[in-house]
Amino acid sequence: MKSNPPKLPLRFFRWFCHPKLRDSIEGDLMELYEERLEQSGKFKADLRFIIDVTLLFRPSIIKPTEGTQTLNTYGMYKSYFKIGWRNLLRNKGYSLINIGGLALGMTVAIMIGLWIFDELTYNHYHKNYDRIGQIYRKNLYQGKIETGNILTTGIGTLMRDEYSSHFEKVTMVRGRNEEHVLGFDEKQFTQVGYFMQPDGPEMFSLNMIHGTHGGLADMTSIMLSQSTARKFFNEENPIGQIIRFDNKWDLKITGVYDDLPKNSVFHNATYFAPLDLFLNGWSNLNVWDNYNMHVYVQLANEKNFESASGAIKEAMLPHIDASTAASNPELFVLPMKDWHLNAYFENGVNVRSPLMNSVWYYAIIGCFVLILACINFMNLTTARSEKRSKEVGIRKSIGSVRGQLIGQFYSEAFLVAFLAFILSILLTQIFLPAYNQIADKDMTLPWREPLFWLGGLAFTFITGLLAGSYPALYLSSFNAVQVMKGTFKTGRFASLPRKVLVTVQFTVSISLIIGTAIVYQQIQFAKSRPIGYSREGLISLHPRSPEFQGKYEVLRNELKATGVVDEVAESNYAIVSTLGWNGGFDWRGKDDSQNDLTFNINRVTPEYGKTIGWEFVQGRDFSRTFPADANGVIINETTAKIFGFENPTEEVLIRNRDDNREEYKIVGVIRDVVKGSPFQKTDPCLYFFAGGDEGWLHIRMNNKATAQEALPKIEKAFKKIVPSAPFDFTFADDDYTAKFKAEERIGTLASIFSTLAIIISCLGLFGLASFVAEQRTKEIGIRKVMGASVASLWQMLSKDFVVLVILSFVVAVPLTYSFMNNWLQHYEYRTNIPWFVFVLTGIGALAVTILTVSFQAIKAALTNPVKSLRSE
Amino acid sequence: MTQQSLGEFEELVLLMVAAQHDEAYGVTILEGLEEKLDKKVNISAVHVALKRMEDKGFVKSRFGGITEDRGGRRKKFYVITALGKKMLDAQYDLRNSIYKQIPKISFG
Repeated sequence: MKSNPPKLPLRFFRWFCHPKLRDSIEGDLMELYEERLEQSGKFKADLRFIIDVTLLFRPSIIKPTEGTQTLNTYGMYKSYFKIGWRNLLRNKGYSLINIGGLALGMTVAIMIGLWIFDELTYNHYHKNYDRIGQIYRKNLYQGKIETGNILTTGIGTLMRDEYSSHFEKVTMVRGRNEEHVLGFDEKQFTQVGYFMQPDGPEMFSLNMIHGTHGGLADMTSIMLSQSTARKFFNEENPIGQIIRFDNKWDLKITGVYDDLPKNSVFHNATYFAPLDLFLNGWSNLNVWDNYNMHVYVQLANEKNFESASGAIKEAMLPHIDASTAASNPELFVLPMKDWHLNAYFENGVNVRSPLMNSVWYYAIIGCFVLILACINFMNLTTARSEKRSKEVGIRKSIGSVRGQLIGQFYSEAFLVAFLAFILSILLTQIFLPAYNQIADKDMTLPWREPLFWLGGLAFTFITGLLAGSYPALYLSSFNAVQVMKGTFKTGRFASLPRKVLVTVQFTVSISLIIGTAIVYQQIQFAKSRPIGYSREGLISLHPRSPEFQGKYEVLRNELKATGVVDEVAESNYAIVSTLGWNGGFDWRGKDDSQNDLTFNINRVTPEYGKTIGWEFVQGRDFSRTFPADANGVIINETTAKIFGFENPTEEVLIRNRDDNREEYKIVGVIRDVVKGSPFQKTDPCLYFFAGGDEGWLHIRMNNKATAQEALPKIEKAFKKIVPSAPFDFTFADDDYTAKFKAEERIGTLASIFSTLAIIISCLGLFGLASFVAEQRTKEIGIRKVMGASVASLWQMLSKDFVVLVILSFVVAVPLTYSFMNNWLQHYEYRTNIPWFVFVLTGIGALAVTILTVSFQAIKAALTNPVKSLRSE
Repeated sequence: MTQQSLGEFEELVLLMVAAQHDEAYGVTILEGLEEKLDKKVNISAVHVALKRMEDKGFVKSRFGGITEDRGGRRKKFYVITALGKKMLDAQYDLRNSIYKQIPKISFG
């Protein structure tokens, strides 16, 4: 019987074998097969056949995948890149503008990307990120629903005791960070930190260097951040050492944790102390009328935030009095992912926060700047198209199809984009430290993150695609015959897309500049706002030491005796603080809608007014010569408006406290002192008389000595009376300026980005202008021969661009006006958009354009016509 | 040996092609080698060696006529080229000359 080898391996062999070898090798295989069939039977012959076929599957026998084509396309791509590279080298100027501009654009995009990434990964440091939430409260206040996260200790305890099925852990933290003086041996530092319950360190997964998460169990313990520990103990293990806290408590160090990253909620915590220490002696864990706590929860397994929010919604009701219940308080849990960017409520509804808005603004600016850079690339490449049209013609006539030409121009674009990407990574690395400082962040390039590189490459690819698409599609569309004959003309409308792109570019740049100018205008406006006191030569400090108690008079006399101090005063809060709010006041003519009004309460010594230099509208300052002033009050203008008295200084204010009605005579009305945000309305304030011992010390220096001379004297006097407290003072000027930090950051970043935008646009314009001048060399030569003046040539060459910039300006003005007007609405105290911003920006943009273009235009106009006409 | 090299197995195949002058094709070379070496040789190795040496110019090939016994497939006969012969000679001389340098060594 004639037997055949197995079919499948044979077909496989025929498929992979090189056609030239197929016949003979197959013959050999068949011969061997038949031989083996006779010798050892079908099974063995089949088996050997399969083995032979398998072993033949090796490179020298396998046919090339696509016949002989693979080699050619490889060479093709190689030549694309080679030609691209040579083109770059030949036109060094253009290449520099192209790559430099693109790299700048990319750098901006990367930096903004890093910033956004940093914002979006806020709190990601905490391992239980997905399971942690914060309890929030909604309630009615003056007809609107207020939302806040400052709660009572009672709420926290209730959550822990009765909702343990929903919450695995509950931790209360003092509702604001606290500055306290930490001391060890001779070293004393004022440090910012938090009071926290013992579950906190584990819940927030602090990374312990020394000690355990359970370190806050004892009331007299404290955990320090690594940087704080270094300040006191260098590299030693400080566990078990005793820290003197505010010169009042001895706390044992039970743990040292890694500093928390800047983009986490407790980033400024240089220590954590037990909450019990904070409550010790004046409060407890079951208080329902003092709102001073943050309550954090960690969900139990298989519970979600929605069901937990539903369960605790009405939890407060059984524990509060009728008047609080009337405000309809509701509790809910806000997941950690929303704390930073989505914790903004308007009338009880979670709306997009200003921070989220700025993330969007920055993202949009980043995209725009990148688009500007891409437009440069497109413009320069298409402008040079006529030079390369011959190349396209030749390529087409020797057989390139359009698809291949598109491929060629794309690969050039990718080459440029890739070079620009490398350059931009370098630039980012160089400028990152400065950028971090401005943005007040801790951003790094994630070198080891594969996702970053993947993203970077994808980003390069997209940029290449974006930048290369127009030239690729446009250049490849040329008709070969026309191009070769030399009759090819780009036509009247060929430069139209280019003009549109330039207009877009300048519209964006001008908009950014106007926007930045308005941001600065707003900052300046707020800065020049009358603040109601004088900041110069005023210093404040908050001495935290028992020695400070009862020393007001002594200290005041001692300080005044130095001769460099005009006046000294104390108050219960910092001058620029808005802390301390109370209600329960009555006055003549008060109506029912004003029942739940609260006021900003300050307690000040009688010298306070003289020290900070406030100004009176009516009445007079407190005085020690009138003993009745101890029951007096000074109000600000905003409060006076609320009261609506004709003669405020003849009226009294009633304060209801613990069923007592206290009467306070209104002594004077002062001009509003800007305490909170300088961009907001001033709060209604009341200033009550205090004898001393108020915590904050304010010192007004006179101008007999400079600050450098006066401060050592003041410190010496201070140390003499209160040796145990550090002389950590701040200038009132700095405290006030700090309020502009957020706005100034926006201003600085916006001005950097818009400067870059205009630089990129001008780079493009420069390249374009030089190209146009070069192209019209002959025309210019002939014109010169015919008698055209340099001025008229300059005018001719600049005119086109100037028209475009004016057009951009016309488009940009209404756009920016409506957008910035919208932005300004966020501020209660805001500037009008001044017309001169627009005019100045317009003139500026025009001047920059003319400067950029003129360089090339004048250069072209000055060349000797003999030279330009003789060429070719 | 610098510009053109000849591997050990290639040398054997080349020798066999030369020995079976004008009658050498895949199967005969394979069988000849198996007989001389007294071990199994795989056909794929032979073909790879042949292809390489053809690329190097040590052998050339011609197709034989169509016969019945191979299912109608032609044989590809290999013949050694002048270059191949030179290569073999050089190899032989090299080995011989080194062998001659071996002093009389007595084992035992």
